[in-house]
Amino acid sequence: MIEMQNLSFGYGASEPLLADMSLSLQPGSFHFLTGPSGSGKTTFLRLCYADLLPRSGRMIAFGQDVSQLSRDGIAALRRKVGVVHQDPQFLDHMPVADNIALPQIVAGGPVDTDVIRDLLDWVQLRQHGGALPPSLSGGERQRAALARAVIMTPELVIADEPTGNLDWEMSMRLLDLLIEFNQADKAVLFATHDLNLIRAAKQRVQARVLRIAGKRLQLAGADL
Amino acid sequence: MKHGELKSLDLAALWQGLRRPDPMGTDRVVPPTGITAQLTVFAAAAMAFLAVFALALALATGRLAERWSNELAQTVTVRISAPTEQMDQQTATVMEVLRTTPGIADAKQLPDSEVEKLLEPWFGPDVPVEVLPIPRLIEVSEAGEGFDAEALRLRLQGEAPGAVLDDHTRWREPLVRAAGRLRVLGLVSLLLIAATSGAMITLAAKAALAANGQVIRVLRLIGARDITIATAFVRRFTRRAAAGAAIGTVLGMIAIWALPSVDEAGGFLTGLGFQGWGWLWPVLIPLAAGLIGFVATRSAALRMLREVR
Ligand SMILES: Nc1ncnc2c1ncn2[C@@H]1O[C@H](COP(=O)(O)OP(=O)(O)OP(=O)(O)O)[C@@H](O)[C@H]1O
Ligand SMILES: [Mg+2]
Repeated sequence: MIEMQNLSFGYGASEPLLADMSLSLQPGSFHFLTGPSGSGKTTFLRLCYADLLPRSGRMIAFGQDVSQLSRDGIAALRRKVGVVHQDPQFLDHMPVADNIALPQIVAGGPVDTDVIRDLLDWVQLRQHGGALPPSLSGGERQRAALARAVIMTPELVIADEPTGNLDWEMSMRLLDLLIEFNQADKAVLFATHDLNLIRAAKQRVQARVLRIAGKRLQLAGADL
Repeated sequence: MKHGELKSLDLAALWQGLRRPDPMGTDRVVPPTGITAQLTVFAAAAMAFLAVFALALALATGRLAERWSNELAQTVTVRISAPTEQMDQQTATVMEVLRTTPGIADAKQLPDSEVEKLLEPWFGPDVPVEVLPIPRLIEVSEAGEGFDAEALRLRLQGEAPGAVLDDHTRWREPLVRAAGRLRVLGLVSLLLIAATSGAMITLAAKAALAANGQVIRVLRLIGARDITIATAFVRRFTRRAAAGAAIGTVLGMIAIWALPSVDEAGGFLTGLGFQGWGWLWPVLIPLAAGLIGFVATRSAALRMLREVR
């Protein structure tokens, strides 16, 4: 589904931040991505949805080299990959419910209000559906972003520290949502440096842990 | 980034997007801009209003120049009033003089029947004009630069005392030139108004799109195609410009229509206004405004999209 082949990346002309990474994400898999702050987790994820292009090596998404994709091809890729950004952005003039429906709106498909309501319930934002995004708390924004990420029933959900703003209880709740999503044979790639969360998850789902250390991607062992 | 691909964000697809209804409400992704929107509509309306007047001025002065120069071409005459026995001889002398005067293309004696017809309104049908000593009229057409009226007058006085050169409408000549100049000014104003509107709409579109960089980024990240984003903005601006221009045009046309009408028979003014099919010309103004809005927004949108992947 997502395949990296000896991929390297660096911003501008600087030293590479990520070097010689190879990875294959299979449908239905659950991966955590950890690493110290500034190690390049967000950068890694952005490469996965063609927000950045590799400096060398190849990034294959759904059988296509992202460096070869047209702009419309990139748009199509992003409809197959739901993303919860570290700092989720919305259209601030549209209510939360409409923001969640946005991928459907811009895809020109019909908006199913029942689905929107179910999603709002799913992320426990029902009473905020009519509110404007700037009035949401950090955690509420991340849950709204999760609802928006899954509305197109993507093959893969990428979450960049979605629990960064959440207390333990809400973090577990969000983890539950992602596990639930994963059980429908969808892949999840979850960046976090919360080791407790990873430990909790490992008891409920077959999760693998990737770690960025010294510019390389490692498969972390049982030391967690 | 592939620039060629963005350029191919083709006009046909955008036009289609412009015409199609928007059941999904895709246009809502463009935030309402309040004061900017109102200013754009107002400016487009004001420009269109001015354009209507410039158009009316160009059309009216064109008519005026044409009509005056037609009249000028016909209105130099030599009138001969002489005792009957001298009439033919004086007429022959005058024709000879005219033939040898530089600047005269042609001189034609009007048949008596036509002269009588010209006189009839003055005496009424009951007066037997044919028994009156009616004057002879010779119609003179000028060539090129025209002739020296003073010299001709002196010569006629010397050779045919009964002949009078009547060129009283020649004073309109500078007016014809003025009307022609005015018409050019009207057309230039029209061009300036179009150019100013274009600049204004481009600025507004650019400002709006620059202020919406965040919106464009969010839309791209959730998988919106370039054409979807561009269409939403282009629709908004094209409609705004066209709607404002339509309002201004209608108001301008009403103002022109409501001008006091000038009695055609009474004067040489044909009045500022549209005539017949001429009323269709202003319809082009909102269309032009829409087109300007379309082109301006499309190029601004392309520039913004180029900055996000
Ligand atoms: N747009 C950019 N241009 C230049 N450098 C950047 C850019 N974005 C990130 N960086 C740098 O790249 C490095 C990795 O950033 P990244 O955001 O991927 O880290 P991260 O692992 O997600 O960190 P955190 O856990 O704090 O979110 C950092 O040193 C950062 O300063
Ligand atoms: Mg990060």
